[in-house]
Amino acid sequence: MSSYRVFRASKASYIAAAFGLIALIFLAAAPWWAGRADMRLLSEIFLYLALASLWNLMAGYAGLVSVGQQAYVGFGGYMLFAMTMFGGLSPLVAIPFAGLLGALISIPVAMLIFRLRGAYFAIGTWVIAEVFRLSFAQVSALGGGSGSSLPAKIVTSMADGREAREALSYWLALGIAVVVIAAIYRFLRSRNGLALTAIRDNELAAGSLGIDIWWMKFVVYVVSAALTAMVGALIFLQKIRISPDAAFSVNDWTAFVIFIVVIGGIGTIEGPIIGTLVFFLLRETLADLGTIYLIILGLVAIVVMLKAPQGIWGVLRSKFDLQLFPLTYRVQTTSSNKGGEQ
Amino acid sequence: MPKILRIAGINKAFGAVIVADNVAFDLEEGTALGVVGPNGAGKTSLFNLITGTLRVDSGEIYFLGSEITKLSAAKRCRQGVARSFQVPQPFVGLTVFENAMIAATHSAGLSGQQAEERCLEVIAQTGLMSKVNVQAGKLTLLDRKRLELTRALCTNPELLLLDEIAGGLTDAECTSLIQTIKDIHATGVSIIWIEHVVHALLAVVDRLIVIDFGRLIADGDPKTIMESREVQEIYLGIDIDA
Repeated sequence: MSSYRVFRASKASYIAAAFGLIALIFLAAAPWWAGRADMRLLSEIFLYLALASLWNLMAGYAGLVSVGQQAYVGFGGYMLFAMTMFGGLSPLVAIPFAGLLGALISIPVAMLIFRLRGAYFAIGTWVIAEVFRLSFAQVSALGGGSGSSLPAKIVTSMADGREAREALSYWLALGIAVVVIAAIYRFLRSRNGLALTAIRDNELAAGSLGIDIWWMKFVVYVVSAALTAMVGALIFLQKIRISPDAAFSVNDWTAFVIFIVVIGGIGTIEGPIIGTLVFFLLRETLADLGTIYLIILGLVAIVVMLKAPQGIWGVLRSKFDLQLFPLTYRVQTTSSNKGGEQ
Repeated sequence: MPKILRIAGINKAFGAVIVADNVAFDLEEGTALGVVGPNGAGKTSLFNLITGTLRVDSGEIYFLGSEITKLSAAKRCRQGVARSFQVPQPFVGLTVFENAMIAATHSAGLSGQQAEERCLEVIAQTGLMSKVNVQAGKLTLLDRKRLELTRALCTNPELLLLDEIAGGLTDAECTSLIQTIKDIHATGVSIIWIEHVVHALLAVVDRLIVIDFGRLIADGDPKTIMESREVQEIYLGIDIDA
């Protein structure tokens, strides 16, 4: 007689969790050990990590390949500026509100573009982002096509003194990255996360087993839009200046993000983390080369896509059967009576 | 006895090809109904129409007295209509257990330990326990068919539609499959089973319908129907007059 038990975590995942926690504490303490430039770089890394994780949730799990997430980055940024400049809100309050508004605006957008499939969906998202860019360029109160800067008194109202302000802004960036990854992890471990993977594998079977495919994708799209808008608000809170071209840049907020996810490993939580590290490593070492840097990025992307379409993490995972964020179920036999067969 | 399923004159055509031509029949609760007919007769299309994978052009479908004609496949499944696909449709990146969990958590509405226990119970019943942690994409065809049955059962169905799950099995495997289906039927689940392996079908079903060119051409006692002239002619392709 044997009985079975279902496990989800593994030894590797416990070790990873412990290391992750230590790294998090270390990073949270950065204002006491890192210089100003390092903190700015780390903040940027965290914000890109959040964007990449969200894009990966959409494309890698829900099959929503968007090339228009800059719509929500820019929208979030503009909402932060509008709410602080005209609504008199503190930036800290404006950030979650930017997320909420991002969710609201994404609902009609989803209704529209969910009618499109595959490549048409991707193009549709880009068109929507362009509509956002052109629309915000019309708003003269926000500086129209040339953009505007966040008034100094709003910036100084965040915290007393420059150092405190920079620490706060750093923690916000670290915080959003942690929130985004934790939320994605929780979601993917839930029954709905399993359903998302099922939809990715086989829509016909998913529908026939009781999964509401449209609704699942819709929820993922709206939640991603909300969080992307919050990241956008943080990005432009750090830049202090916004313009339509910067806010809705397809290069900065989507192309680099896709690069990160593809080389890291699409469809895994670990992939965007590794991809972000690789991307910044390349950028910090090669950025002085100018155009050649971009050519190298392109080459790296092509080589990874040809040689390891599952990305760096995909290769590591299949070689070592690793999973740092345990999403799977493992059934193990446990003998329930001594001396029993099997 | 109440009707678990009522098909009221449904029609479906793809251009000039008619796959359901005014098909109508009732199913008593607890019945095991067999479906036979030549290839391309519209048997699988009938399943697609009942489960909502395809929509009818006209006609109505009732499940346990309420109309389901316009419901999505997902909603019909949650109400208790489960199916296996003739061509297995596994979630290739998920393990056998995870495939089962999808059905248990989304259709049967189970959660946590209840869902896990239900899945293990069904996996043991369908003989996939030795592959429980294997990714579905790495399963053999036979095991993929078993997985189809496993998932359908994990939805806790009231009506189970089986689409050619006995094809390609050895005699021993077929015998064990027949027993499994009998066991399921014994728990009160109504079954509609499309099958070309006639002896397996006749071992289980207590009613048989014959479909040809989208039309229901015979309905009644399995043995009588299989021996009838129409079936001999149309289904088996024997021309009795020759």
